[in-house]
Amino acid sequence: MHTYVISKGGDDLPEGTLFVHPDPDAMRDWFRAKPKGMTSKLTSAREAIGELVKDGDYLAVGGFGTNRITTALLHEIMRQGRKNLGMSGHTATHDFQLMAAGQCLDRVDVAYVVGLEARGLSRSARRLFEQDQLDVTEWTNAALAWRYRAAVMGVPFLPARIMFGTDTYEKSAAREIRCPFTGMKLAALPALSPDVALIHVHEADVYGNAVISGITVSDWELARASKRVIISAERLIPHESIRSQPQRTTIPYFCVDAVVEVPYGSFPGNMAYEYFSDEDHLKAWLEAERDPETLQAFLERYIYGVETFSEYLDRCGGLDRMQELRRLEFLLDREVGPAPAAGEGKR
Amino acid sequence: MTAYNQMELMIALAARYLEDDSTVVVGTGAPCAAAMLAQRLHSPQLVIMFEAGGMGPQLPSMPISVGDSRTFYRGLSASSMSEIMDLCQRGMIDYTFLGGAQVDAYGNLNSTQIGPPSQPPRVRLPGSGGANDLASLCWRTMMITPQDKRRFVEKVDFITSPGYLSGPGAREEAGLPPGSGPYKVITQLAIIGFCPQTLRMQVESLHPGVTREDVMENTGFELLWRDPLEKTDPPREEELRVLREDVDPYGYIIGRG
Repeated sequence: MHTYVISKGGDDLPEGTLFVHPDPDAMRDWFRAKPKGMTSKLTSAREAIGELVKDGDYLAVGGFGTNRITTALLHEIMRQGRKNLGMSGHTATHDFQLMAAGQCLDRVDVAYVVGLEARGLSRSARRLFEQDQLDVTEWTNAALAWRYRAAVMGVPFLPARIMFGTDTYEKSAAREIRCPFTGMKLAALPALSPDVALIHVHEADVYGNAVISGITVSDWELARASKRVIISAERLIPHESIRSQPQRTTIPYFCVDAVVEVPYGSFPGNMAYEYFSDEDHLKAWLEAERDPETLQAFLERYIYGVETFSEYLDRCGGLDRMQELRRLEFLLDREVGPAPAAGEGKR
Repeated sequence: MTAYNQMELMIALAARYLEDDSTVVVGTGAPCAAAMLAQRLHSPQLVIMFEAGGMGPQLPSMPISVGDSRTFYRGLSASSMSEIMDLCQRGMIDYTFLGGAQVDAYGNLNSTQIGPPSQPPRVRLPGSGGANDLASLCWRTMMITPQDKRRFVEKVDFITSPGYLSGPGAREEAGLPPGSGPYKVITQLAIIGFCPQTLRMQVESLHPGVTREDVMENTGFELLWRDPLEKTDPPREEELRVLREDVDPYGYIIGRG
């Protein structure tokens, strides 16, 4: 084994903490030892989180904030009371909001967190920063995507032409290097191999061969960069479906440690070609966060007071609501008229 | 002449800069509306992209998220973050639109925090997202933003995304690709460019009914003025009609104007 020297930030160097040290040889050893047998990894959300997510782990969530996220797995992390997790904030919006509300985090690589895009800012998430309860390192979305890619390639860093001249760079853990061919300045982005990746997909077989439809965001990379990968899938498909159309496979089984079938598993997020985001529920979240007591009552009702994700869906309007969100996704209001009033009566 | 609100004005003006057969990375909101308007009026082959991976959609309605399924509806490709950012880095993207809580005379943007970088933030904002990447890598960065003293400041609390940094040569010196940087800032008062010599904001055109004093009163730093100063050509009937009937019929964005 090599001994790696990690340069400490500060003085003239960017001062952000490097939470995950890029060590391609340690990762080679990890991947060598990872079981390659094609065995069933089908399990429940509770068991997957119980066995594969430990206090202190560094977590990355696939999708894009309110799109194709692993809501069911994140609820389970909250219910099981995981603490001191690190998180990759590669546009983490509702997913970060959940981890913040559950008080599961102690450090974060930020590209985009706290906000839910145009919907507003999460009070739970803001509080963590404004009360100095997190170790924070700043990055950008491309920086985190390319950090995953460096890990995918098995190299310790990738060079890029971003972040220079800004406070984002000063608060990052990137390093300036010189190109040996052109002499130009480049930002060295250290490989990022999360301890655990949670990725919601459209289809998977019991072995973990997984298919994502629509944009993959950074999940092709994330599945290959991470030490452990938990897949939640809208639906299980027969292994034969993978074999008959191998060009559709986004993630091969040997990257994957657990498979959980969770219909509507991205709710209240959008799932392309399945259902649109539930803007009413996301708004209710932001409103509940206005004060700690209303938040606790909200979390009790929707997360801590239920045992399974389907119970949560029932409390959010159940199948009737899912049907409305499906019609929204398919833009059916133009053909069948507007959906009946947003399921409000149910809640 | 048809009446219009400030949001409609800014979107219509921004759309005029997006010529046909060019590429633009946008977020949601006004920039997306401007790109959709341009596509429907004079730039049918404008390639609209979103950083989460949506490429060349024929947008059926305003997306809510930069990664929602509208962003690749009838698209050229449902790609990935890496693919979009790679395109930017290798020089394929002509335009992007950014905004922030604060902007300075060089177009440096803050979307990270209110309060100095040395302390926990008074208000924590989302951070760069893809903004730093787009500002670093796209050829021309545009902004559609309300203009007031709180937002147009002498010094931003935190430089999230690079404008011209401290002036001529600074981007290249820092290590950013040459020839890139802020291009136009479109506000409810004026169209503002950047002086070629100093790279500071320079007012190019005043909107109808707006005076120099109005602009100065809403800016926290010294502005330069192009000579001659132009008068903005207000939104035309056709621009407003397409914007209202086709781009944002429910008024999600223009309703905020």
